[in-house]
Amino acid sequence: MPNPKRRHSKARTRSRRAHDFLKSKSLSTCPQCHEAKEPHRVCPKCGYYKGREVIAVKDVL
Amino acid sequence: MRHGMANRKLGRTSSHRMAMFRNQLASLIGNERIVTTLPKAKELRPLIEKLITLSKNDSVHARRNAAKMVQDDAMVAKLFGTLGPRFAERPGGYTRIIKLGARRGDAAEMAILEFVGYELATEAKTAPAAAAPTRGKKKEAATETEAGEEAAEEKKPAKKKAAPKKEAAEKPAKKKAKEAAPKKKSTKKSK
Repeated sequence: MPNPKRRHSKARTRSRRAHDFLKSKSLSTCPQCHEAKEPHRVCPKCGYYKGREVIAVKDVL
Repeated sequence: MRHGMANRKLGRTSSHRMAMFRNQLASLIGNERIVTTLPKAKELRPLIEKLITLSKNDSVHARRNAAKMVQDDAMVAKLFGTLGPRFAERPGGYTRIIKLGARRGDAAEMAILEFVGYELATEAKTAPAAAAPTRGKKKEAATETEAGEEAAEEKKPAKKKAAPKKEAAEKPAKKKAKEAAPKKKSTKKSK
């Protein structure tokens, strides 16, 4: 049975994980309602995309 | 080499995949718009485009070819009766894919697949229902034209910013009605 020959130091573990993190999403501003939204996607707040209402958003009022 | 790997398998056997596409094609022809995952929409697009192109030339042969893909006589009739003539002038590109963002649950990218020229039918329905409490007064007071209502409808999402400027000048009564709504929003926003 293969086994580790040497103990793995904390530093080794931690430096390996130094690159494990979540990247923040890039966001753009909705030209209709000025909320943050994902670029190239329908604005979930107002349902607009490219200047027209694409989906009906219920909680507008 | 990735030769001969043109299409996505979508985690299905070929028969399962074909059955799904046929169902989706029938839904798309019937509703003129479907919401599905982005990869499925991308796979479906060439299939529906080919059907539309086929439907431009109405003949028994073309109808039978279309019926191979769409096994619903009513949908084939609609394809040749309304969609073919509607897109007669358009040289391809009959559909549009609009990205919606990730689905809650599995974070799958969702998309709308719709025919070009699709009009959101719910706009007229939601307008009186959603706007009834605040807008009832406004209509009596202003008796706006339909075009004006539409414009107002479009501005609704931007009301937080547009309403205070525009409507405060018009009438204080309206402002009261509107204040309730923006407040809700602002609490949401601050969370």
